Amino acid sequence: MSRDKRLTFKKRLHIIKHQMRGKKMAPAFNAFHTFLFAPDETTHNGSHVRAADDLKRTMNTVIMSLIPILIFSMFNTGYQHFAAIDAAAGVSRELSLFGNFFTFENFWLGLTLVLPIVIVSYGVGLLIEFIFAVIKGHEVEEGYLVTGMLVPLIVPVDTPLWMLAVAIVFGVVIGKEVFGGTGMNILNPALTIRAFLFFAYPTWMSGDKVWVHQAMERTGTADAISGETILGYLAQNNSVEGVYSISDMFFGFIPGSIGETSAFLCLLGGLFLVFSKIASWRIMVSAVIGALAMGLIFNGIADAGIISESSNFYGLMSFDFWQHLIVGGLAFGIVFMATDPVTGSQTNRGKWIYGFLIGLLSVMIRVFNPAYPEGVFLAILLMNVFAPTIDHYVIRGNVRRRMKRRKQARIYAPTAAAEELEAETV
Amino acid sequence: MALLSKKDTNLILDPLADNNPITIQVLGICSALAITAELKASVVMAISVIFVLGVGNVVISLMRNMIPNKIRIIVQLIVVATLVIIVDQVLKAFAYELSKTLSVFVGLIITNCIIMGRFEAFALGNGPWKAFLDGIGNALGYGVILIIVGFFRELLGSGTLFGIKVLGDPVAKSGLYATGYENNGFMIIPPAALIVVGLIIWVQRSKNRALIEEN
Repeated sequence: MSRDKRLTFKKRLHIIKHQMRGKKMAPAFNAFHTFLFAPDETTHNGSHVRAADDLKRTMNTVIMSLIPILIFSMFNTGYQHFAAIDAAAGVSRELSLFGNFFTFENFWLGLTLVLPIVIVSYGVGLLIEFIFAVIKGHEVEEGYLVTGMLVPLIVPVDTPLWMLAVAIVFGVVIGKEVFGGTGMNILNPALTIRAFLFFAYPTWMSGDKVWVHQAMERTGTADAISGETILGYLAQNNSVEGVYSISDMFFGFIPGSIGETSAFLCLLGGLFLVFSKIASWRIMVSAVIGALAMGLIFNGIADAGIISESSNFYGLMSFDFWQHLIVGGLAFGIVFMATDPVTGSQTNRGKWIYGFLIGLLSVMIRVFNPAYPEGVFLAILLMNVFAPTIDHYVIRGNVRRRMKRRKQARIYAPTAAAEELEAETV
Repeated sequence: MALLSKKDTNLILDPLADNNPITIQVLGICSALAITAELKASVVMAISVIFVLGVGNVVISLMRNMIPNKIRIIVQLIVVATLVIIVDQVLKAFAYELSKTLSVFVGLIITNCIIMGRFEAFALGNGPWKAFLDGIGNALGYGVILIIVGFFRELLGSGTLFGIKVLGDPVAKSGLYATGYENNGFMIIPPAALIVVGLIIWVQRSKNRALIEEN
């Protein structure tokens, strides 16, 4: 024992790891171990190129870009709740950043609501990852680190925790593990979880009562409050002018899913991811172009008077095309969901097509989906399915082009070329 | 002498597990997806298919030496269509509500791949008794999966079994609903059946590794 005392904590973990080798629970232990320390193993044969950014660091970079959004969302959750109570009581409220937004009261309410969701998300998701790692006998994969942070940001704040847990089990098992785990999934796991929640429990995921804390449980009582999103207002042909200003929408002082509201922070996160070369700028740019293009088309239809003002689609169709980018989850989806390197397109040309169609379809689903005026997650899931097909045709096209080039190339006989060269030089 | 020889027993038991028409051969999926939202509809569908396939296999087997090879598909279709019309009429007469739930899918038993598949693969080459057992076995294999899928979809999607509220009343918030539990709307829609069938296939293959295809 006296010798053991001199060992550091790190060394002791290494020893335990060697004792556990080959045992059933080894992957679970190794995961905890490598989470704390770099492994002490070295490769024994061959030469290996080492890059500084392994999977874990990639994941951590994405999480770092999500942290400001998480903190902002806690303030916003509290702010929207108290603002809705004021509005219901008829008290007018001016937004002032340090007066009534960044207050401890807002933060504390947000923290007590958002933190349990984050804990459930990571707890359930990592438990499943551990179980599958032990069953398959491989190391625990880091894939859930980002998913676990994305999930709390894309659900409404009052989502019951057991629903979230059920959806996470479904999303991780059916969306990822059955295909072979991290890196093999066809669909984005976080969006699979969101889609499952949406189709399984629509009353908790859509409508005008879920986006602000307590809006649901206060329904029908004397102190009922509203929790309508901007897209919800528009879908009912109500204008948001006078309710929310452009800067409210851009900076995210609006109701919505926990972390999707601030286009500004999504923009910052996106820039961070682009400059750290984690996410593809091609997908982001083309998705923005796609959304603008579809928005312009709809604006054109509304301006030309093809649909009447009483039409169900008029509110969303006449919504300024560029404002689509700053309401709802479009910015969040484009920056953090569409750019998932596993489920997106891999080729550069494919990324342009993939991103463009995501933007286009998002706005289209928004306008034409009367029950739920948000289409980003559906558009991204759909394009996830098509990403391999897009890549296939991009690569086929490239092969064909090169074959054609080879056929058209004129090949000189070596002697003739040499003679020509000689004649020139002489 | 036993009623069934070992070979005959296998004709019935094989399609129930290791050669199941749905989970192993992946035939007859369309109806399995469409009508399994309620357990009652699943059971009726299973019984209908057992009747059609059992009788149809015997009829085809009896006629197998008379059917000209070139028109055998047409003859098979006539046999199965006749039987399906009988089933449809019986349902309309005695269980009208249910026949409305099953709607077009009773008629579509005609195009169920399992039925034509068994006619082609078995009834045309075997005697009536064997064909009968094979038909019953395959239809049972189909029915078992239908009932399992129907059980989970109705229980999780509507909280009922055969229409009886086994989990409590979702409106009055009694039973399990008092704790905050809610029905899973996803289980009502057909894609859920695809996932439940997929899970059954997963469980079956991980129990019997011989079934996993190499590729």
